[in-house]
Amino acid sequence: MSNLSLELKDVRKSFGKSEIIRGANLQVPKGERFAIIGPNGAGKSTLFNLISGRFPVSAGDIKLNGESILGLKPFEINRKGLSRSFQITNIFHRLSVYENLRCAVLWSLGYKYSFWHRLNGLKDAHERAEQVLEQIGLRRRRDTQAGLLTYAEQRALEIGITIAGGCDVILLDEPTAGMSRSESDAAVELIRKVTVGKTLLMVEHDMSVVFGLADKIAVVVYGEVIACDTPANIRNNAKVQEAYLGGHAPVEAA
Amino acid sequence: MNTITMTNTMTYKPMNLGRWIVWGLFALILIFAPMVFSSGSSISLLSQIGTVMIFGLSYNMLLGQGGMLSFGHAVYSGLGAFFAIHAMNLASAGKMWMPVTMIPLVGGLAGMFFGILFGYVTTKKSGTTFAMITLGIVELVFACSLMFPEFFGGEGGISTNRVYGEKFLGITYGPQIQVYYLIAFWLFISTIGMFAFTQTPLGRIINAVRDNPERVEFIGYDTQWARYLTLILSGFFAGISGGLSAINFEIVTAENVSALRSGGVLLFTFIGGVGFFFGPMIGAIIGVFLSVMLSDFTKAWQLYLGVFFIVMVMYAPFGVAGIIMLNLRVAKYGKYRRIWPQLCAVSAMALVALVGLIMVVEMLYHLTLESANGTEMKLFGFMVDTAAATPWGVALAILAIGAAGFWHTRKSFKHAWGEVNTEIEDMIRRAEA
Repeated sequence: MSNLSLELKDVRKSFGKSEIIRGANLQVPKGERFAIIGPNGAGKSTLFNLISGRFPVSAGDIKLNGESILGLKPFEINRKGLSRSFQITNIFHRLSVYENLRCAVLWSLGYKYSFWHRLNGLKDAHERAEQVLEQIGLRRRRDTQAGLLTYAEQRALEIGITIAGGCDVILLDEPTAGMSRSESDAAVELIRKVTVGKTLLMVEHDMSVVFGLADKIAVVVYGEVIACDTPANIRNNAKVQEAYLGGHAPVEAA
Repeated sequence: MNTITMTNTMTYKPMNLGRWIVWGLFALILIFAPMVFSSGSSISLLSQIGTVMIFGLSYNMLLGQGGMLSFGHAVYSGLGAFFAIHAMNLASAGKMWMPVTMIPLVGGLAGMFFGILFGYVTTKKSGTTFAMITLGIVELVFACSLMFPEFFGGEGGISTNRVYGEKFLGITYGPQIQVYYLIAFWLFISTIGMFAFTQTPLGRIINAVRDNPERVEFIGYDTQWARYLTLILSGFFAGISGGLSAINFEIVTAENVSALRSGGVLLFTFIGGVGFFFGPMIGAIIGVFLSVMLSDFTKAWQLYLGVFFIVMVMYAPFGVAGIIMLNLRVAKYGKYRRIWPQLCAVSAMALVALVGLIMVVEMLYHLTLESANGTEMKLFGFMVDTAAATPWGVALAILAIGAAGFWHTRKSFKHAWGEVNTEIEDMIRRAEA
């Protein structure tokens, strides 16, 4: 077994004639927290969509725990231990908060498509859902319809659904986007808490979140990973400074 | 009526007393209904309602619980009915052993088999594409029914005699009342089965697929497979209802597998309320009443049904069940006395407008379709001449008065209703905090 959770080898993706990802390489060791930063339109979210199987890659290879996941469907990749959140909140809006979380744990507990188990009799699913509910701080809102939650609460639920299945590799796409300072501080604490011992890869614009959480930062510009290093080194990296300050795009919330 | 919290299927409750009471009441109603409505015609009406209830509930597994708008659900009930009726004919000819009591199971298995067959194609897609493919399938099966008269009986259909085999405890299924209890028995266990389905992992995942199929793919589930399995199970229950209708009517025709029948179940289920488990049962009662009873009274019954459906879709998208639940909620919070004066006023005015509308429609139908046999007709107990100006003036005046009154009282009702519901929602929110 490889000690890399996730490995991208010369990954390319074209939409029509335009190549959005042009040979991205990235190695994420087990248990580390990686942040992906870069100007708008650099291809960060596309990279996430490729890794999670939402889009097929045009060329290159993606390995999850040393095993290629090319051509697998999103649910197959999820079953192999990778889970992701979305930039635009993606929850089950007509189900209660508790039911959202219970849905998210069912596969990992092996219930599959069962129509012979009584849902309310599944103690392990119940306990796991309650546990995540406690972790994301939505106990009070347990029976509220998810669509009626506040924005910050929906973002917390989004993270809850992502981690509930117990995957080892977690991808978070702009978890604090659109949050106030205090909400985003709370979100950072939440992410830190729920990803202990897991591999985390997140796209983030808020530099205080990035520097507060990440062990390493990967900088994506024009579909390439131009640098991947510790936060301190990234700050002083000439290429990164050029990409951000050299006229392509302004520094975002530095 | 814009916000509605559907916590009814979503709370974590172990098997509780309330649920036992509800199921017990349901059983009692099924047992005593034919004693209260004991005339021959009402018992056959009840029998028909029972089969449509199973059909509607099975349809709602797709529409309400899975967000799958099917235009071809009659394929499963209809083919179930054909297999059931052939099984009955074979059994009465002595070629196989199958008591009438178990015939619905034949229908169910046939429905399930065709669910496996057609569902594999239809559930590959969702949304509009799914709807279009189901429409294609129902047209295909309907065309086949005319191509294979051997099996489908051509235009006359296949008929049977449900009284065969040996008597068991005096039950021959000759009298309608015995058929009613057979239907009631299958309705009861089918309803339990379909309710139990909503309380299983697959039943919950199909809700998640309805809400957000994309996200379901990222929590480890293949949405296509979830839809497929749900459709197969739904086909099973639809087939049971088909088998029961074969016993009930002793005839199955191509109409049973038609798009018309499929549209009917969509209409009834929607009118009943897709957001609630019991909605389709209310829809079945209303639907059968409208299509069987109303068609005895008036030629315009399809017009009334269509208008009713449009009004429901526009103003009460949660159906009759939604209206009942919202009113119960108001009653539960003890706020009914604040809205009932306005409610009575607006209902009375709506009734006046409705009377006017019915008069106009009936007179128009009579004048255009039946005036050859004289322009006079009986309307609400009065003889009126549809060619004269006076009845038209009266009808239009009633309609105008009703409509104006409705328009006027509607505002104050809307205001009171909105106020009360906002207060209730505030109370619920505060209780949670």
